[in-house]
Amino acid sequence: MSTASAERPHHWAAQPASVARTRGLTKTYESVTALRKVDFELHRGELLALLGPNGAGKTTLLRMLLGLARPDSGSVAVFGTDPRNEAIRYRVGAMLQVARVPETLKVREHIDLFSSYYPNPLPMAETLHIAGLDEVKDRRFGELSGGQRQRVLFGIAICGNPDLLFLDEPTVGLDVEARRLLWSQIRSLIARGKTVLLTTHYLNEADALADRILVLQQGNIVAEGTPAEIKSRAIGKQVRCSSRLSIDEIRRIPGVLSVTADRQSFAMQVQAAEPVVRELLQRDSWLAELEVTSAGLEEAFLALTQNHNPTAIGSN
Amino acid sequence: MATSPFPVTLIAPRRTVANFVELFVKEAKYEMLKNIRIPIYAISTIVFPLMFYVLFAIVLSAGNGINRGQSATYQLATMGCFGVMGASLFGFGVSLAMERGQGWLQVKRASPMPIAAYFTAKMVNALTFSVVIVMLLLAIGYGFGEVRLSFPAAAKLVGILVLGSLPFSSLGLAIGYIAKPNSAPALVNLIYLPISFCSGLWIPIFMLPHFLQRAAQVLPPYHISQLALNVVGMSRNPTPAWGHVEPLIGVTLLCLGIAAYGYWRDEGQLYG
Repeated sequence: MSTASAERPHHWAAQPASVARTRGLTKTYESVTALRKVDFELHRGELLALLGPNGAGKTTLLRMLLGLARPDSGSVAVFGTDPRNEAIRYRVGAMLQVARVPETLKVREHIDLFSSYYPNPLPMAETLHIAGLDEVKDRRFGELSGGQRQRVLFGIAICGNPDLLFLDEPTVGLDVEARRLLWSQIRSLIARGKTVLLTTHYLNEADALADRILVLQQGNIVAEGTPAEIKSRAIGKQVRCSSRLSIDEIRRIPGVLSVTADRQSFAMQVQAAEPVVRELLQRDSWLAELEVTSAGLEEAFLALTQNHNPTAIGSN
Repeated sequence: MATSPFPVTLIAPRRTVANFVELFVKEAKYEMLKNIRIPIYAISTIVFPLMFYVLFAIVLSAGNGINRGQSATYQLATMGCFGVMGASLFGFGVSLAMERGQGWLQVKRASPMPIAAYFTAKMVNALTFSVVIVMLLLAIGYGFGEVRLSFPAAAKLVGILVLGSLPFSSLGLAIGYIAKPNSAPALVNLIYLPISFCSGLWIPIFMLPHFLQRAAQVLPPYHISQLALNVVGMSRNPTPAWGHVEPLIGVTLLCLGIAAYGYWRDEGQLYG
């Protein structure tokens, strides 16, 4: 374990631009490899989104950065040292997925308790204000709506005034309005100079918030870049139609990267639209509701993870 | 953990002693508030022992030739033991199993909370509930049961019973590391109620069948209730006090060992 060199003079210039870093990080649970030699870096002041489907290893990576799980091999460093170091925990806040929070404590009681864990917490009023909890501060956790509950967990993450925040699927299960509210609260953290790592499988969330996106697929980083870069990597188009063809017949058309079906309606991710459309019309004279669009982030994401894993062609 | 190859400039913020004390106090305070507001917790731990005491020691002993004062004094020791056991098993076992299994402990572990604060709070909670239960029983006993214990004897009784929450808390701790969150309350009841009966907490041990009296030798509440009965001068058991303390220390160490294994396992892996 490295020792934090507190004796060294404090210069901002001397601070590493990297606040968190992993090298060759590998973690296996039973027979499942959750992370495979992941090299990863989080820069000061950025908002990085870890994007990936369920089981991609996002939460595992985050938990190792929090010092809650031990790597099988490789190294993790946060602020240049072991994340389990108590002095590191003072500078880190975390919003984790939790099945159940004690329901009989009031919102301000939860915040008060977590604030007491930190040496320099935010004043209670400020935490409540930033997290949008002013109106519910005297309610018990069990009486809150889903959005309010997430905001309490957000409040718990920020109450210690940490420099670095880890948010694990912060808006999962929230309605559009609650999600937008939390987004604006997350953005305000960046405005205050914090560094944020969030995991999400909502692609529009990564697009809306992140400076940089890291796409994780089956424990590997398969893409990295700004939201615009990630989008530009999806050169393809999306074709939608209603057809009598089977999903297997459509899947076999050359140029179709992936296809999802909802009864007779199909959505295809294709390299180029024209040859696929020509083929479709030729094979199915009943074809209707044909629509060609350029790929959004959602499709870009599909295409990125697709190339890595050709067997995972989705159909629902 | 591998040594970091990265440059470090870290000015560590410090926690003052005052911060530290405040943190432990708040952890304990909110632990108790959290529990007392859960109706099933308050009822199982406080209402049941009081209700049983009123029923068995006050109501049922009325006018059937039993010396009421003696009966109420005897049951002060046994029902007190029952109450202390409930507070400790529910306060430690059920709440730890739930908080571990449902991810809440992990939220706390991700924060700078010292883990000692977490366990200390649960201990303070169990001790406080134990004191409250025993004091309420004493009040009922003096008020309605013709209990005539001297002050030193009553103080010793409270002391023995409250100390008795240590082995029960370690048993709760072990259950908290073994049980799944949904099955923990059932598991605690499955342990708590039968061993209370078999240890002679509801019906005096000398009235139980002989084989149960022998079986009780391995049960912690038997030994604690015997120590308590000794203090109020109502033990029919010739075993010296040390003979009861030894098995209690053994059980406590065994349970702490199981809990330590569970803690170590949690630290190495994630829950699920």
